[in-house]
Amino acid sequence: MYDVAFNANEVAVNQVKITARQVQVFYGDTHAIKDVDVDIDDKTVTAFIGPSGCGKSTFLRCINRMNDTIDICRVQGEITLDGENIYDKRVDPVQLRAKVGMVFQKPNPFPKSIYDNVAYGPRIHGLARNKTELDEIVEKALRRGAIWDEVKDRLHAPGTGLSGGQQQRLCIARAIATEPEVLLMDEPCSALDPIATAQVEELIDELRQNYSVVIVTHSMQQAARVSQKTAFFHLGNLVEFGDTDQIFTNPVDPRTESYITGRIG
Amino acid sequence: MTDVTSSSQTPPKGRHGSLMTVDARTRKRNAAEKRFRSYGLAAISAGVLCLVALLWAILSNGLPAYKQAVVELEFNLSQEDFDSAEKALLKTSVYTKHFITGLSANLEARGVEASFDKKAVDRLLGKVGGELRAFYRENQDKLGQPVIFEVPAASRVDRYLKGTFTRDNVSEDGTRFFQQSDFDLVDAMVQAGLIRQAFNWNFITGVDSGVDNPGGAGIGASVLGSFMMMIVVLVLSLPIGVAASIYLEEFAPKNRLTDLIEVNISNLAAVPSIVFGILGLAVFIQFAGLPQSAPLVGGLVLTLMTLPTIIISTRASLKSVPPSIRDAALGVGASRMQAVFHHVLPLAAPGILTGTIIGLAQALGETAPLLLIGMVGFVARYPDSFLSGFEGPNSAMPAQIYNWASRSDAVFTEKAWGGIIILLVFLLSMNLIAILLRRRFERRW
Ligand SMILES: Nc1ncnc2c1ncn2[C@@H]1O[C@H](COP(=O)(O)OP(=O)(O)OP(=O)(O)O)[C@@H](O)[C@H]1O
Ligand SMILES: [Mg+2]
Repeated sequence: MYDVAFNANEVAVNQVKITARQVQVFYGDTHAIKDVDVDIDDKTVTAFIGPSGCGKSTFLRCINRMNDTIDICRVQGEITLDGENIYDKRVDPVQLRAKVGMVFQKPNPFPKSIYDNVAYGPRIHGLARNKTELDEIVEKALRRGAIWDEVKDRLHAPGTGLSGGQQQRLCIARAIATEPEVLLMDEPCSALDPIATAQVEELIDELRQNYSVVIVTHSMQQAARVSQKTAFFHLGNLVEFGDTDQIFTNPVDPRTESYITGRIG
Repeated sequence: MTDVTSSSQTPPKGRHGSLMTVDARTRKRNAAEKRFRSYGLAAISAGVLCLVALLWAILSNGLPAYKQAVVELEFNLSQEDFDSAEKALLKTSVYTKHFITGLSANLEARGVEASFDKKAVDRLLGKVGGELRAFYRENQDKLGQPVIFEVPAASRVDRYLKGTFTRDNVSEDGTRFFQQSDFDLVDAMVQAGLIRQAFNWNFITGVDSGVDNPGGAGIGASVLGSFMMMIVVLVLSLPIGVAASIYLEEFAPKNRLTDLIEVNISNLAAVPSIVFGILGLAVFIQFAGLPQSAPLVGGLVLTLMTLPTIIISTRASLKSVPPSIRDAALGVGASRMQAVFHHVLPLAAPGILTGTIIGLAQALGETAPLLLIGMVGFVARYPDSFLSGFEGPNSAMPAQIYNWASRSDAVFTEKAWGGIIILLVFLLSMNLIAILLRRRFERRW
């Protein structure tokens, strides 16, 4: 079986933060997500794993309604956040996204200064009353994003001038600067070296104290290290969902087993 | 020893042969590339050659319009002469007499002999009496002391000196504009060194003039007319165009209706400008009752023409902003409008500005619609005030040029070429600004 070290933290029984029921996603005629039911707990890291193109990103984007921006995309079913249906007509997606932050698969800093990148969210949400408060928020976010030491001397240099891995950590800092309740991370470490990856994983573990974190990853080791729950997607179906150690040591579905042992994907 | 040299000389026997010899396939490809480069070079040289020929034609025909022959003479009018002239019945003719005396004195002092009469002075130098009177009434303190007095020569004198008007152009009897004897008088003034070529400021600042004084025509008023039209175009088409494109690109649902609108905007961009002219005549002048020949109406018509250009270029620059920027903004909880105005628009701004300036430059050179709304009339004065200039009749640069080119007098043809130079200077500087803006604000991500 897969030989990995599991997260030492015990899996506490947590409140459910997000529930998905019978979620279907279509891109035009393509049926990208089929009948997905999942419960995502508060103060827990949930990992989405699965082969490329199986719909992990698509499902992640449903949780903060980023799919609204794609014209051909249709979402059916019900997703609730704290018991409220986020696809209800009364829900304003802008308000939802302030609660559910996102780090994208490709680093996408604004072509502005490093400082402005992080300060943008707090500014538009009015989280800081003055410049000193904003400075504090920015510094805290950059520290938690494990990039402070590298950029503290050039906060006003353009964020696009950073290396790929630095940009990704900047995007993480930007996402947590707005203090979301849920953080969605789409392969946040795919462009990072092992040291930065370890830092981000540490950050994720720390974020777990207060937030619910959903992370998409292609690294089995990473899923095993950081997550308490794991969901395995395959061809748009949620094949298996459960505690991470159970999925990795004792998968129920043969497809899960083949994937984590490296036979499909 | 021999081993080493022999092994370094035998070519390596890889599957692809030696790198030191060029194989047939590569040679063929290189030849094709070389041919393509020479085609490109030939095309560019042809283009540059045409451009040079065009510029040469414009400059050689147009530059003389900026030069003007002036007669410069030392003049001294005493207080008594002034007083008696002011008392006379035909004041200007007395002044003309004084002028002739002064001119003869100047010629004599330089050892040249020529006798002028009042008619000859009128033909050669225009209404000098009036000018002299105006000068001394303004500067009475100059009375009794020598002053240098300058009068522009008549356009035929000018052309005679430039070589485009010769003795053969005038019959033996002469005309009321020019006599054979006048040529001798001009020669005498040249011999005495009284005539020199000066920069013709009047051409740039002046207004159009009638056929009796082609040399006095200037392009100033129509430059102002064009400028006013450009203000109208900019004020209307930039906000409307940018708002329409942002809506279409960022907010509008993609459906049949927006597809239809998109196709029609592209079609509008290709509609001949004269169609917009006739539309402007029907809608703005006949239906809405706006004044004819006014820069306001001209600006409205040109706005219709410029809008599609601005919308198309604005949409293209909005499209070129990577969607990941929008995602990033929406991802931290910005509204769509915030994402557009805080992030997308600043990135698209250089493209939008470039498109706008190019649209304006197009509108600036447009003539056909102006003909239809009557902006080719003879307008020989500046507007009374800036605001009234928008609704009062005025001309525009290209219409003025067209107007001059269609008059028979050769001086006007020269003016038309000269006007083209000004128009081109405006167009080139606008395009230069567009390029500089693009360089300055272009950002990579
Ligand atoms: N914008 C889109 N338009 C049309 N089809 C899309 C779009 N985005 C994704 N899809 C399709 O939806 C399916 C799921 O894509 P998704 O990006 O969710 O995969 P993924 O699991 O994140 O893959 P990866 O691990 O490579 O990122 C794919 O078949 C893809 O082709
Ligand atoms: Mg993905």
